[in-house]
Amino acid sequence: MKVVVCVKQIPDPADPGALDPETRTLKRDVKLILDESDSYGVEMALQLVDAAGEGEVILVSMAPNGERSGLATALAMGAASAILISDPELVGSDALTTAKLLATAVKDQGADLIIAGSESSDGYTGVVPEQIAGVLDLPSVTAAKSIEVDGSSIKVQRQTDGGYDDVTCPLPAVVSVTAGVVEPRYPSFKGIMAAKNKPVEEKSAADLGFDASQVGWAGAGQEIIEVTDAPKRQAGEVIEDDGEAFTKIVAYLENMKVI
Amino acid sequence: MPDYTPPLRDISFVLDEVVEFQDLFATEAFGHVDADTVHTVLAEVGRFMAEVVAPTNRDGDVIGSSWQPDGSVITPDSFKPAYRQMVAAGYGAIPFDPDFGGGGFPWVSAIAIQEMLTSANMAFSLWALLTQGAIDAFTHHGSDEQKAMYLPKMLTGEWTGTMNLTEPHAGSDVGALTSKAEPVGDGSYRITGQKIYITYGEQDLSENIIHLVLARTPGAAPGTRGISMFVVPKFLVNDDGSLGERNGVSCVSIEHKLGIHGSPTCVLAYENAIGWLVGEDGDGMRNMFTMMNNARLSVGLEGLALAERAYQQALQYSLDRTQGTAVGAAKGVSSPIIDHADVRRMLMTQRSWIDAMRCLVYTNAAEIDRSKANGGDEARGHKELADLLIPLSKGLCTDLGNELTSLAVQIHGGMGYVEETGVAQHYRDARIAPIYEGTNGIQAADLVGRKLPMRGGAVVFEQLDAFDHTAAELSKDPELARFGQNLTEAIEVTRECSRWLLENGAVDPNNALAGSVPYLRMLGTVMCAGLVGKAALVAAANDTGAEADFYRAKKISAKFFGEQILPTAPALAGAVMAGPDDLFALTPQQLA
Ligand SMILES: Cc1cc2nc3c(=O)[nH]c(=O)nc-3n(C[C@H](O)[C@H](O)[C@H](O)COP(=O)(O)OP(=O)(O)OC[C@H]3O[C@@H](n4cnc5c(N)ncnc54)[C@H](O)[C@@H]3O)c2cc1C
Repeated sequence: MKVVVCVKQIPDPADPGALDPETRTLKRDVKLILDESDSYGVEMALQLVDAAGEGEVILVSMAPNGERSGLATALAMGAASAILISDPELVGSDALTTAKLLATAVKDQGADLIIAGSESSDGYTGVVPEQIAGVLDLPSVTAAKSIEVDGSSIKVQRQTDGGYDDVTCPLPAVVSVTAGVVEPRYPSFKGIMAAKNKPVEEKSAADLGFDASQVGWAGAGQEIIEVTDAPKRQAGEVIEDDGEAFTKIVAYLENMKVI
Repeated sequence: MPDYTPPLRDISFVLDEVVEFQDLFATEAFGHVDADTVHTVLAEVGRFMAEVVAPTNRDGDVIGSSWQPDGSVITPDSFKPAYRQMVAAGYGAIPFDPDFGGGGFPWVSAIAIQEMLTSANMAFSLWALLTQGAIDAFTHHGSDEQKAMYLPKMLTGEWTGTMNLTEPHAGSDVGALTSKAEPVGDGSYRITGQKIYITYGEQDLSENIIHLVLARTPGAAPGTRGISMFVVPKFLVNDDGSLGERNGVSCVSIEHKLGIHGSPTCVLAYENAIGWLVGEDGDGMRNMFTMMNNARLSVGLEGLALAERAYQQALQYSLDRTQGTAVGAAKGVSSPIIDHADVRRMLMTQRSWIDAMRCLVYTNAAEIDRSKANGGDEARGHKELADLLIPLSKGLCTDLGNELTSLAVQIHGGMGYVEETGVAQHYRDARIAPIYEGTNGIQAADLVGRKLPMRGGAVVFEQLDAFDHTAAELSKDPELARFGQNLTEAIEVTRECSRWLLENGAVDPNNALAGSVPYLRMLGTVMCAGLVGKAALVAAANDTGAEADFYRAKKISAKFFGEQILPTAPALAGAVMAGPDDLFALTPQQLA
């Protein structure tokens, strides 16, 4: 069983990020780490390969620089190899360009299954997995909370507001995985050491058959026109306790239709 | 805001630029490792400690471990998954012999891992610490059969280890122990006796516990010379490695303690328990000494680790808590307390000592590595320095663990004294470290009795001479000139005190013992200053570039040490050279 997982390396959310005032996009010239929301897909893929008793997990990632720390984490968790699409030309690429590039890199891998996170924790476009499926003309299942392989198809539990849907889908397919549905393993010491020797193949846009006009800002079908700060949280209402404060609190809650 | 942020940048600064551990990777012993790999491992381990272990710290304190009438001990529920995941990740094996599943990494990298583990949860960390000690014992003194039988599972952490020295009448004086070991003729012994204060002597985490027990064989010499070391597994191990019968060791009770509630401190009763000699009959104490350095260093590290954790919490609190109007703030504004000079003094004292302790402990660990990775005279030089630093790392850093966690409580004001914030836990947890693994009084005695006299004091004097150069370099930087001057003065006073102790200690040991604890503080502080001085010079040379802010902070932390902490060292000269007269001038009745 060969599972390709699309993973993104993002700036550490623990460090306060900054927007590039010129491009209005997140500054990514810092150390990148594995997007936590992708670690669930990696874990799920590793479990599927374990359950199948054979096969491997291959990572595909795209980054504007050659940063590999995030891939190293996923390799240390147990993925066998990685393809890193890395090219300065890629700065400014929109979701569809990203999907096209990832799809092209994935195409030749002979994957039985392609897994991606539902959305990245830095861009939140949330459309790349479905676009990959579109580009590759494969079935797409979204918001998976579990995947079970059954011969040449998969059974997926799709998270919904009220519970989950049972979905069956033929392979190969593209499945996006909801964050938090499995417990991603921590890279073991042996895994970290083994990861040092695992192949990471770097590819440029040209290697994948794209020219500069098709990627980056040039190829983007979208533009960020304006960025505004999120509204500041309003100061709360303070109720002084004069012995009767509970009536005011009850009235307040009733007014909010909480009780 | 996470509870604990692994100080990875501070650690890599000390490893790369103060300890300069890169030389280790040019040796045969560590040639298979490189600095990058160490940093990658530390980043992953740090994440694990912050996300998995640190959240269990409060449970350890509030729930604690509890003893059951059937003799079992239950650790807090949250310890179990943390333990399982840590075993699965195999982080405990990193510094040990690759033949038994280890990574063969330098000890200094294990120290960095241990720092983060201990900051995350000191009570939890102790099973790993004691297991490390037991691994050390087998590695150095075990037979090939014992190594094959115990090491693989102890390296993974599936089996934990314990150290059984203490008995009711044998604490600091280990030689007074009375547990007995009778040979039965088949190579095994029957062990009988009572051990107290045995850390993780019983627990519900691991499938087996491998006790290392000090006891006397029939006709053994009195005192430390008649002590032997035995391995007593909780469950006997069959030839195929599976677990067999339960051995004759049971947990009679556990202690109720000031801190580290998560760590069970057990009274163990040995009744005809089956054991086997580790090393030779009568070598128990000598065997203990070979692993003592690592164990004492690890306990010294506890002072650093808890100071770091408490500091992170205090810093955050000082930003959140508003009180009073700071000098310079607009009228009527309630300032965050970090804007008050005295709160700054407390924070800087913590920041600066933490940086200094990390330099000291990591240097100590790297010197142990260098003594093993090199040969001949070079190895001997590193061994001597490592030996000298051990009582300083243990004694100074654990005393500071108390002082700095106390400052963290102080910064919290009344909220520090009530248990709600959790900062009081660090203060209570830290209090054990100056007591166990040889009290700090015993560390000081070791310093003046054994370490200072090495080569007639030359090991100390050579180090002080080297710091003279550091002082001269510091004096060239206008911002660090005062530090340089203070260092020169402190070195001179320390030389004088060292000479005094050597001369007068030879006449009457009490001359040296009376001033031993202040001397440990003095030499430890000067040793820190020398290392921090080096850190300051590195930082000063990096004042531009992407990390200018980081280096600036390191330089200022060092400057603070040199100007506001270092001067406390020479001020101890009076106490160091006072001799015992005043100490013994009063009769016990007069002391009452
Ligand atoms: C939580 C905890 C965990 C522990 N874990 C273990 C463990 O896993 N295994 C184990 O074997 N032991 C363990 N111990 C025991 C610990 O190592 C001893 O408590 C310690 O060595 C001190 O011995 P003591 O308690 O008998 O104190 P004492 O030896 O009675 O010391 C009392 C005081 O007298 C001083 N003193 C004693 N002798 C001298 C001297 N010659 N010169 C100067 N001062 C002296 C000491 O410094 C101390 O201040 C643990 C103890 C605790 C509290």
